[in-house]
Parts: sequence; structure tokens; C-alpha cells
Amino acid sequence: MNIRKTIDNLKKPFNKGEKWERFAPAFNALDTFLYVPNHTTKHGAHIRDAIDLKRTMITVIIALLPALFYGIYNTGFQYYSQLDVEYNTIDLFIHGSAKIVPMIAVSYIVGLAIEFAFAVFRGHEVNEGYLVTGLLIPMIMPVDIPLWMVGLSVAFAVIIGKEAFGGTGMNILNPALTARAFAFFAYPTYMSGNQVWVSEASNIDGVSGETILGILASGESILPYEPLQMFMGSIPGSIAETSTLMVLIGAFILIFTGVGSWRIMVSGVIGAAITGLLFNVWGANELMSFSWINHMIVGGFAFGIVFMATDPVSATQTVKGKWIYGLLIGIFCILIRVFNPAYPEGVMLAILLMNVFAPTIDHYVVEANIKRRKKRGIKTAVNIV
Amino acid sequence: MSNDIRIKNGLTINLKGAAKNIVKEAPYPKSVSLNPSNFHLIIPKMVVRVGEKVNVGDVIFYSKKDERIKFCSPVDGLIKEIVRGAKRKIIEIVIDVDKNQKKLEHNIIELEKLNADEIKNIILNSGCWPFIKQRPYEIIANPSEKPKSIFISSFNSAPISADFQIILDDQKEEFKTGLKVLSKLTDGEINICIKKDISTFINDIKGIKTHIVSGPHPSGNVGVQIHHINPINSGERVWTLGPEDVAILGRFFLTGFYNPIRTIAVSGAPVKYPKYYKTIIGSELREIINDVGIDLKDSLRIINGDVLTGTKVEPDNYLGFYNNTVSVLREGNQYRMFGWVPFINNKIPSIYKTSFSWLFPNNKYDLDTNLNGEERAFVVTGEMEKVFPMDIFPMQLLKECMAENIDKMESLGIYEVAPEDFSLIDYSSSSKIEAQYIIRKGLDLMIKEVG
Repeated sequence: MNIRKTIDNLKKPFNKGEKWERFAPAFNALDTFLYVPNHTTKHGAHIRDAIDLKRTMITVIIALLPALFYGIYNTGFQYYSQLDVEYNTIDLFIHGSAKIVPMIAVSYIVGLAIEFAFAVFRGHEVNEGYLVTGLLIPMIMPVDIPLWMVGLSVAFAVIIGKEAFGGTGMNILNPALTARAFAFFAYPTYMSGNQVWVSEASNIDGVSGETILGILASGESILPYEPLQMFMGSIPGSIAETSTLMVLIGAFILIFTGVGSWRIMVSGVIGAAITGLLFNVWGANELMSFSWINHMIVGGFAFGIVFMATDPVSATQTVKGKWIYGLLIGIFCILIRVFNPAYPEGVMLAILLMNVFAPTIDHYVVEANIKRRKKRGIKTAVNIV
Repeated sequence: MSNDIRIKNGLTINLKGAAKNIVKEAPYPKSVSLNPSNFHLIIPKMVVRVGEKVNVGDVIFYSKKDERIKFCSPVDGLIKEIVRGAKRKIIEIVIDVDKNQKKLEHNIIELEKLNADEIKNIILNSGCWPFIKQRPYEIIANPSEKPKSIFISSFNSAPISADFQIILDDQKEEFKTGLKVLSKLTDGEINICIKKDISTFINDIKGIKTHIVSGPHPSGNVGVQIHHINPINSGERVWTLGPEDVAILGRFFLTGFYNPIRTIAVSGAPVKYPKYYKTIIGSELREIINDVGIDLKDSLRIINGDVLTGTKVEPDNYLGFYNNTVSVLREGNQYRMFGWVPFINNKIPSIYKTSFSWLFPNNKYDLDTNLNGEERAFVVTGEMEKVFPMDIFPMQLLKECMAENIDKMESLGIYEVAPEDFSLIDYSSSSKIEAQYIIRKGLDLMIKEVG
């Protein structure tokens, strides 16, 4: 318990009435990271479940790790496989890490600095939500985006997307997608085209790569990739979105532990499958004819529906609402892909759109419950008369 | 006639230290107390002064708002102390017990000859009225009102709580008489819920409606049962009583004496010989604690009530007015290094599969009072519904209570809930939301604004 004693000594100036009291949230965030605090129950139930937000968030991070590691590998693979050089797996990871680790570092440093500042300013504890957001943001960016853009997107997402609404639990839009949408509309040349998806594509001739959805949107129908490749993920795309397999492992972790909503995931897949199938029948353009199964294993659909749509704060909150919300995300994702060639990937905008409508969906679900209760009251009143 | 009710959403928390099926006569207490905080929102108006002599059944104080509601002495003795807090608020009335137990005798009149109002008056004067609680609001019933029905839950589903089959075993006649008395107070039915697969004498009682209830906690909560059998609508009143309270009421009508016997289960992992004690309401806990084998040198928490809804008390405090369980837990005021990492500290179970506890559903746990985290904003959704078996949106209702939005609270079902129905939400919340506290505040607001 010596470490504990040291921490308690260090903590003294942060206690109530001491000179650094204002900065206590920052110190507490670090302290509670090391130790679950000795707080005991004051009101209500005297015993409590082992779960807390730290554990919830870390479970999501664990679920993200397979996709992240595959993203690091694939970044190296997309790069080396187009060069005429010898390489081994370690080279791939080294190249990928060199690109991605700095992005994660920037995301965490900028994001957590803002979160800590707001916590101190507002006098509340630091919420753990950013641990997940901060990892998600680099994972859904193109690999060659400049670090300052990552930092700026993070700042925009945390300040405008989250803190402006009152902080964790109050935001309307998913912060990670807000960051991506910001970068997408502010720096479109860094976020789309055939020069951004493969590492160093804009610097080295002979290295290039377009996403499958991009190829289809430009009217090509012959794809250089097999469905198995699409499923495994050795295709160009945002860093961690490419491997459907790794996303499925993450989905399994989220559903098994109960941390992620399986209802949103399942209904999202159903929505996309039905829409994709209908367009297959129609078949007016390349994206319409693109098999509905393939729709689900290319682009960010799998990643979005598993890790973004299930964000509990920006999603619907009722059970019925979750079914509707997921279904609509699936439908809109394919709709945007098919009808809007400017945005070949529809999942980001579909989720952001449904984020906005989530409270409305919940409103109608809750209203139905209220009406049911009122009706019941009238019925008994009539019986008594 | 019986109807089966299956509760699906809920949680069974397996704790160590359930009371064994032994009922021991506790030594007669040397002192007892009446604690007004047991009676929510009642402001006491004292009738006796310090040093005065009282018999069993003598009025100690009555409710300032409704003078008919009287609170009587459970023992014969001397008023030793009236403990007052800030603004002279009465905190506790302590009575030193005499050797001879003189009892205030009431006339016994045959039940059949009495009408509802006469019965009400007898109950009010006997000191038994405070046992009758009302929904909505979970407060002592208003004698001027007529309930649409009366509900009694004959079993506890909370962890390591008292088993009423054991408690009622030698009070069957009293219990039946109590039911007869209650049936005069309502035009509706007397509903008693029985746990599934249990054979009990209650099944054979005539003139009541029994319901078979199965499923995890909170299936034993009377509020959950009311919701599934005959839900409360705006403006309606339902009365509820604890099973042993019905027996106390029945005993009064059988004997003419107020005799508030309370059988308590003393349970919890730190208790060496967890078992039942027969004692008097409000009696001092000290002797029972010594007898049951609790080492007070350890850092322990003693709770009047079950571990989910009870009130913390000190070892030299007194038994509460309503509770049939006294629970003991270890205080959890220690730090746990990296305790938030999943699959660390697997001795603490979780509704999420982030602890290996799900592999051993039959394991019994020795939980302490650590919060296992810190309070945070509402983030995770859907977890409250998992442990809340009512057609009510718990999170939405909690948020409206916090916003003090009376219209929305009403339409979302505040009349149907009591704090205890939210105890599992307290327990399982990943944001450590104090749901019972929020609901109590919400109910109090409704009483103030709507009444």
C-alpha cells in the first residue's frame, strides 16, 4: 500500500479548502485510473454491481483492438504490396504503427486536454467517454491525413459536438463521427479520392488505391478485389474499417459482455440487407447492382453499425426505438451510397442523420406508453361509474 | 382463484449469510425507541414528556397533519429521552423498559357488528394504523380515503431477506384475523401474492384473492405485483401492509392489546450464526448483535432492512418500525488497484459479463459497501429496463423527476412506483445513479404539488 500512501500525500493540496482544490478533478481522474476509490454507498442500495463507466469504456476499447491491429497491418500491407521491394509482416506493422500511433497520440492529447480543462472549469469529475472517442477518431480517418487536421477535428468534436451541449451524456451527435464529418467537409481533398486511402499514395508514384465504393461510384463495374478480400479487409479504406472479420470479433465482444446493443446491430444489418436487395432487383447503376451481401462487407458499414450506431448517448434509448433506429441507419446507409455519388460512403451521414432523429423516435415510443397508461385509467374510471 | 404472474426482468443476487431456519426468543429489551424518520413525512406532535410513565399501547405522539394517526408505545416503561436535532426536529424517543409489562386494554367487539368507520377508529386508536401504507407515494395511508384494493406480498425476493413463511408460522390465526379486519376497509379485493412452488396456509384462506408470482427480484415487491395485477391510475389509492403487520393488527382484534411483536432475520456474511429473533418493534439492537455473533471490531455496516433498501444504523441504535430483516455487510472503504479493468476482482458479480461471475450462477458472494466506481452522467441505456419489470420507462421517469416536470412524471407512471422498485437500478447502474433517492424526492414533490 505504499503507492497508495504516496498518492494520498500527493493528493493533499487538491483536497477541499487547499490551494489546488480547483484542479481536483484532473488529479482524481489519474488517481481513479490507478485505484477504484474507497467511496462507500451513501444513499439507496448498500451493495453495488462491479460495473462502472471505466469498465464499460475499457470493454469497448478491447472490442476495438482487433480492428485497430488489423488496420495497422493493412496500412503497411497496402503500401508495401504496391512497391517492388521485399517485406515481411514486421515491416508492415512498423510502417502502420509509424503512421497510426502518432494519430492516436494526438487524438488523446488534444481531446483529453480539453476534457480535463472543462472538468476543472465546470468542477465535475472527468468522464471516461473520451477514452473510446479518442481511439475511434484516428481509426476512421484516412491514413495520410495530417496530424494537425486530426487535432483540429478532435477539438471541434469535443468542444462543439460534446461540451457545447453540456458534456458527456448530453451530446446529440456521436463525437467521433462529428470529428470525421468536420474533416470530411473542411478538407475534402484529404478525405476522398484515390490518393488518400493508401499510405504515401500522394507522394510516391505507383502507389494508389481507391475504395471499392469509390470505384463503383465512378461507374466502373469490374473490381480488383474478391469478396473474401473485402471480408478479410486487405482493401484500401479508412484505417480500421476495412476488415469485416475484425469488426465482427468486436461485435461479438460487445454483445457477449452486454455492453453494446445487439438490437441496433441486428436491425441495422436487416435494414441494409433489405434495401440492398431491393436495389439489386432495380439495378439502375453500379452501386445498385452491387450484391447486397457485398454492400455489408465493404466501406464503413460494419464498423459504423457496430461501433458508432451503438453509442448509447447519441442512439435511441428505448428498446423499440433501438430497433427502429438501427433499421433506419441500415436503410439510409445504402440509400446514400446508391443515390449520392458525391458521398460514396453513406454510413457516416446515415448515423449522424439518425442521431438527430433519435430523440424524436424515442419521443413517439414513450408517448405510446403514456397513451396506453391514460387509456387504462379511463377504462377503470368507466367501470367504476 | 389464482392467477400466475411471471416476472422476467430482474436480478437474483446471491449473497452469503442467509438466516437459518431457527427462531430464537430475543431477551426482553432494556430500552426501545420510536424513530419518526421511519414514518416518511410524518411530523410528530408529542403527547408525553421526558420522565413520564407509559403503558404498552399508550400514545407517544400523533401526526401533526392528521391527529387521528397515533403512534403508541410498544412497551411499558419511562420516557427516558427525546432526542432533538436541528430546528428542534424530533429524531428519536427512547423509552426505558419496566419489568412489569402493563398493557392498555381495549374492548373487544365482534368484527361482524362493526362498520368500516368504526373499524377504522379502532385501528387508529390501537396504534396499528401506521402499519397501513398507501400507494402512490409509499407513505402511511390517509384514514379519510377508501382504497380500491389492498395488497400484501407474502414473500421477500431481496437478497438475504426474511422469509415470511418462517415468520408467520406461529401467527396464522392472527394473520387470518388481520385479513378479515382489512377486508372491511375496502370495497375491492384483498390481494395476496404467493411465491410459486410454495405450499402455504395462505392458499386455503377464504375471502381473499391469491396470485402466484414467479421470477427474480423484485418479484416480491408489492409495487411490481400491483402493477401486474391491478395497476394504480391517477387519483386511485391502494393500501399495502407487510405480512407480520397484518398479524399484529389481527392480534389486536383477538386480544384487545397492542402487542407489536417483530420477528427479524439477522443475516449477512459477517454474521456468525445468522437466524431469526422474536423481539419487539423498536427494541435495542445491541443484545441481538452480541447474541448473533457479530464482531464489532471489524468495520461493519448494520442495516435496518435488506441490503438494497434498508437504512444504515449504529450498533447501539434500535430496530426500525417496519423491517423484518437486519442485514450486516462489511464496509468497503478500501482502494482496489486497477479494479475497473474487466475480469479483475471476480468476487464482485456484474450484470455485464465483465466479471467471471457469470460462469458460476450458483456462487454466493460476500459483497461490501464499496460503490465500485464513481457517479457519472447517464450514458449506458437499456440496463435499467433489464432489472425493472414494469411497463414504465425507468430512465425517462428518473430524468423527469430530476427535472421536476410534474406532468411528465405523472404520465410516465410515478403513481405506480416506490423507491424500493428502483433499488436494483441503484445496484446495477454503471453510472452509479442514486435512483431510489431521486424517486423519493420525486414522490415528495408530487405529494406537495398534487397531494
